[in-house]
This record gives sequence, structure tokens and C-alpha cells, in this order.
Amino acid sequence: MTKINLLKPDNKNLPLFLTLGSLFFVFGIFDFYSNNFLNTNITSFLPRIINFFIPLIFAVIGLHFIRIEFSGLKILDNLNKNINTSNFNATLSVIIILLIIFALPPLLNWLIFDANIAGNTKEACTGGGACWVYIKVWFNRFMYGMYPNSEQWRINVTFVAVLIFIAAGFFVPARFKNYLSFYYTILLPIISFILIYYIISGGSFGLEWVETGAWGGLSLTFIVSFFSLIFCFPLGMMLALGRRSNLPIVKYSSLSFIEFWRGVPLITVLFMSAVMFPMFLPDGTYVDKLIRVVVAITLFEAAYTAEVIRGGLQALPRGQYDAAKSLGMGYWKMHIFVILPQALKLVIPGIANTFLALIKDTPLIFVVGLLEVVGMLNLAKTNPKWLGFSMEGYVFAGIIFWIICFSMSKYSQKLELKYKTDR
Amino acid sequence: MKIKKILPQLLTLLFIVLIFGFFTMNAQENMDTRGIEFGFGFLKQEASFDIQFSLIDYDGSHSYARAYLVGLLNTLLVAFIGIILATLLGAVVGVSRLSPNYLIRKTASFYIEFFRNIPLLLQIFFWYFAALRALPMPEDAPLLLNSSFLTIKGLYAPAPIWTNFDVFFTTLIIAIVLIFFFLRYAKKKQEQEGKRLPVLLISSAIFIGLPLLTFLIGGVDLSFSFPVIRQMSQSSYTFDGGFKIPPELIALTLALTLYTATFIAENVRAGIQGIGKGQKEAAASIGLSPSHVLNLVIMPQALRIIIPPTTNQYLNLTKNSSLAAAIAYPDLVLVFAGTAMMQTGKAIEIVGITMATYLTISLVISLLMNWYNKKIAILEK
Repeated sequence: MTKINLLKPDNKNLPLFLTLGSLFFVFGIFDFYSNNFLNTNITSFLPRIINFFIPLIFAVIGLHFIRIEFSGLKILDNLNKNINTSNFNATLSVIIILLIIFALPPLLNWLIFDANIAGNTKEACTGGGACWVYIKVWFNRFMYGMYPNSEQWRINVTFVAVLIFIAAGFFVPARFKNYLSFYYTILLPIISFILIYYIISGGSFGLEWVETGAWGGLSLTFIVSFFSLIFCFPLGMMLALGRRSNLPIVKYSSLSFIEFWRGVPLITVLFMSAVMFPMFLPDGTYVDKLIRVVVAITLFEAAYTAEVIRGGLQALPRGQYDAAKSLGMGYWKMHIFVILPQALKLVIPGIANTFLALIKDTPLIFVVGLLEVVGMLNLAKTNPKWLGFSMEGYVFAGIIFWIICFSMSKYSQKLELKYKTDR
Repeated sequence: MKIKKILPQLLTLLFIVLIFGFFTMNAQENMDTRGIEFGFGFLKQEASFDIQFSLIDYDGSHSYARAYLVGLLNTLLVAFIGIILATLLGAVVGVSRLSPNYLIRKTASFYIEFFRNIPLLLQIFFWYFAALRALPMPEDAPLLLNSSFLTIKGLYAPAPIWTNFDVFFTTLIIAIVLIFFFLRYAKKKQEQEGKRLPVLLISSAIFIGLPLLTFLIGGVDLSFSFPVIRQMSQSSYTFDGGFKIPPELIALTLALTLYTATFIAENVRAGIQGIGKGQKEAAASIGLSPSHVLNLVIMPQALRIIIPPTTNQYLNLTKNSSLAAAIAYPDLVLVFAGTAMMQTGKAIEIVGITMATYLTISLVISLLMNWYNKKIAILEK
């Protein structure tokens, strides 16, 4: 055996350092675990401040011992390369590991192991964890708002129908492909509006009339974001083109329109649609609250979409414009066939972000009294029979929104890759 | 050819004029029939409502204009704190996203993916109604750092009591001016002689040292009034003295910071990644240390990519601070577009003023950031 230098571990004494390092590391972790979950403090004889840092110190020393270059062990090398390159890095790694140990078990206990889901009343929640009974009992309200229970199949039917119409675009024969954008921007909104008007609103064909004030929950989130999404895209495109136009009146009116909507918060826009807009209409006309909200959100998000698309238009090299013009193409022909297809491809991530922002903004419609899922949560929370379960409600809504937004952003990344062409 | 240029413009103009004309005519008519008069005279009237949290003197006897100012200041306060905290957190997380350490990298991206895919309003509600409601009542609150109490009613911290505050404040401003000139001098020296002065050390010495001097010779004194618990009735307690930060402000700042920082972090990461690998390698090969590589080579270049989108995030944060109305933090929207509008019924004027205020704030922030962006842009010849 050669000299052992504890400050500089090397691979000659590999087994020794490995044992020593793992011992130290495991002791640090165990000490932390026992402090937090077993209520025993093995190192309580030490001063308080040192005692607190013992797990960290031991684990870092342990990692220091196993930091051996070219050890010959693949796992060890990988470990060192990824979390243990220097003492500083090792400290950070240990802190993160300790934090995970600290936070994960209570979190899982609350979410799953101590949670209650059986039963139908508040009394069924006996464990210390989450009370999912609350979500179960209120599930219909969170999904459909105040929509009458017996009529909720109408919402489901409409959604399925709209989904089928959306999906239909993917399966059309090749010779109709050219009309797809026409279908999505003009036909689809009309079809969906008719469907929603006649089935969800009802009032004819023997269906009971349900006013929009009773709509709510997640289905309202979908309705609002769906219409705003389809309308804000073409509008944003026109505004972007207008802003790049060399006709001064068109340019400056688009510019001021965009800057106005981008400069004010959505909540004031909704206030405006709620209290100011009726003043601007002839006496006696009444526009439904839901339609006002959709228009407000559409105008607001169209300004953001316009800025994103303008970025794409600016990023295209001048040569594309010149080439199209030299072929004798006019303004519209040039933009529709040459410029926009390339520009839109460039800004897929930006557009996806705008759409995500739109979906995340929909809860704001509570200011005009429409209650989508977050609004319903706040209503349910104040129900005297179910006080004290706000945490469960927010976690539930958080999970739903997270799944929607995360999958959308992943999908946009996929689209981006699909349309990525080397230029 | 001419007609092609004029016709679309005429049509746009006609469209705009028609819409505006239609709206103003209807508004005129509606206001006439309802007997509402257009005007801003109400701003001078007595507001006669109370505001929970105010940075300036305010009570019900002040005017609506004063109430507006209170709301505006509260909005600016949240935006200011939020922007600073979000920038710091975003920069740290953004750099961590590129760390060689697997755990740090994954933690940073987990944080980003988690917080930015949940609506901000939901996060604000979560912090306010769920997380902060779990805090102890005043009588059970533990003492933090021997001075503060974090309770369900907010954070009670020691309040500073100054004597001769104006002397201290003037010195602080003098220190900042001095630092400004020193920085210019240091830059000039570096450009002419290639010498780097210890800029950070000297400027922080000026910044801390000068104001400290006033304690010794300027007659400035600072003491603290600590919050002390007092029983109000059988079961209700409150704190006397000290400085209270309401839970609304805490929840709002927390949510805004955590949400906006995710976007800033992504901007920072994109900015650093946007700098070619060659820059990093070239800097390392002339013997700069990793921190010097980041501070002197990567960051100055990356900032040019980072700043424009980050400006947008600052604007978003400021505008999002209006969500305060949802948890009754008295910001501009709640105080003015909420309470004041209910009382006066001046919908058009009040929504107009509120929107104009936000537009102005947005404009000022973007002008400031554009100026800064221009300053650090590459000077091409």
C-alpha cells in the first residue's frame, strides 16, 4: 500500500476511498433522514449550528472522497462527471438531494398516501392528506359550471362534434389541401358557432334554453379559448401585414392598434367590455356577455400575435420579396404563396407561446362574472358545507392547466422540428 | 397605380372614422338619456372610502385624485419589487439551466416547466388563499430572526426610525453620483491605458462608506421599533409598532416573481446559448477564468440578445400586477377602476384614465429599456 493522501483521492486506493466516501455520504443522508422523519438526532451533542450542517458536511466529504479521475468504473465516472465535478458542485448537488428528501415524502403523503377519495361527504375525509372527495363531489361543477346536470350531455356532444370537424382537416384528400386554411379560418368557426349555439345554448329542436351565465367550468375555458384562438390568428396576420405596409395610413393605424392593446392589461380590457362597451352601443341593443368577452380577448391577443408574425416577416431575407416581385407577383400573391408560408414557419414557437398565454389568461373572465374552472373553485371554496379545501381545488386546477399547457408546448416543439427546413 | 395606393388607405380611414363616429354618437346619446355628464370634475371630490394599504397619507376625506395616486403607487411598488426579484431569480435559474451539473440543470428546468404552465391567476390564488392561510395566527407566530413575525395577517418587521434622514438621503445620492463619475473615469482609463481598476470594490466602498460616515459625523441615527404583540379582545391579537407587509402584497409579489422569472430564465438561457461556442473557447484559451469568461466575454454579448425579450417580460409583469384586484390588494385597478367607479359611475372616464396610465407606464419602461439596449448595442462603423 502506498501513501494515502486524504485530500487528493486517486485510483490506487480505489476500494478504500470508495468505501470511505460512500460511508460518509450515506451517514450524511441518514442523519438528515433521522433528523427529519425519525425525530432522533444522533449528533445532538454538537453545537446547534454545526449540528444543523452535519448532513451537508458529511455528504460533501463523502462526495469528495469518491471524486477519482479515471477510476475505471463507468458508473463512478459518470457520477463524477455529472454531479460531482468540484467541491462547489458537490455542495449544490447535496443540497438538492437533501431538499428532495425533505420535500418529497410529505408531498406524496399529502397527495396520495394519506389522501381520501372514498365517500361523498366532508366527514369522509379523515386522513391528514388531501381530501379528493371534495373534487369528486364538485367535479361536475368544475367541468360544466352551473349548467343543469341533466343537460350536460349536450356539452359533451358538441365538443366531440367540434373535435371531429377539427380532425376532419387532417384526413381530407390531397386535392382539397389548398382549401384547408379557408376551412380552418372561416368554415370551422361558423360550423362550431352554429353547433354551440343550437346545442349548448338550446332553445330550439326541443332543447331547453340555457343562458350563457350558467355556462362555466373547464368547458367554458375551452369555448372561450377556442374561439379567441381561431379569430385572433387571421386578425393578427392582417395587423402584421398592415404594420409592414408602406401605405402610411394603414401602417400607422395598425401600429397604434397593436401598441394600444399591448400596452394595457387584459383585466382592464375586460372591464372595458363589461362596463364601457354597453355605453358605446345604441340604446336597447344587448350583446351577450360571452361574446363580448371573446371579442375582447381576441382583440387583445391579436395584437400579440401580430407582433410575433411581424418578427417572422422581418426575419425573411429581402431576396424572397425581390424574387417574388420579379416573377410579377402582386402584393397578395406574393404574401400568400411566398412570404407567409416561410414567415409563419419561423414563428411557430412564438405563436404557440401566444396561444398558451391566451389559455392561461382565460381565468380572468371572472371580472365580468363568468366562472370558468378557477372561478368555480373560488365559488365552491365559499360553500359552507365545504370550507377549508381550497388547497385541493387549486392543486386540481393547477394539474389540469399544467397538462393542457405542457402538452401544447411539447406539440409546438414537435411542429417546429417538423417544419424546420435548412435555409 | 396611384389608385392602388390610395384606395386601401381611404377604406381604412373610412372604417376607423365610421367605428369611432358610431361609438361616440352612441355614447353621447346614452349619456344624455341617462343624465350622465362627461368630465373629470369628480377627481376633486371626496373619495370617502378607505384603502387598506397605502404608501402615502390617505383616508376617506381625501379626493379621488389622491385615491388614484395611492393605487398607482401600490401598482408601481409591486411592479418594482417584482421586476428586481424576477430578474435575479431568472438570471440564476437561466444560468443553472446550462450548468454541467445534472441535478442543478434538471431542477432548473423542472422549476421552469412547472411554474410557467400554470395560469398566473391560479398561482396568485394558491399563494393567497391556500399557502398563506396556513400561516399561524398572531398569538402563535414564532419569532423570526429575533425581530419579525410571519402571521396569517401579514409580515410584521421592525420599522426603521430615522433621525436626520435627509442628511443620510442626500449623502446616498451624492454617493451614487460619485460612483457614476468614477465608473466613467474607470472606463476611460481602461480604454486609454488598458488598466482595470477594481471597480466593484471601490464603488461598493463609496456606496456603503459615505452613508456610514454620516452616522459618525452627520448626526444621523437609526433605531428600530420592534413589533410587540398586544391582546385586543378575548381571542384577537394584534401587533403594535413595527412595519406591516400585508399578505396580499406577499402573495402577489411571490406569484409574479416566480411566474415571470421562468420566462426571464428562458431568455437568459437563449441569450447565452446564442453566443457562439468559439467565443467561450477563445476566451478560455487566452487564460481567462470561468467567471471572467462569463462576466467579460459571454454576458456583454448575451445581454444584447437577452434584453429585448426581457423588456417584454417586465411589461408583462407590470400589466399582470393588475391581477391584484382578484385578491383585493389595493392596486390601481381595484382602487380606481373598482371602488371609485362603483361610487361615481363614471365608467368611460375611469376606464380611460386607467388604460392611459398603464399605456404610459408601458411606454416609459420600453423607452428606458430601449435606451439601455442602444447603449450596449454593437457600434458598427
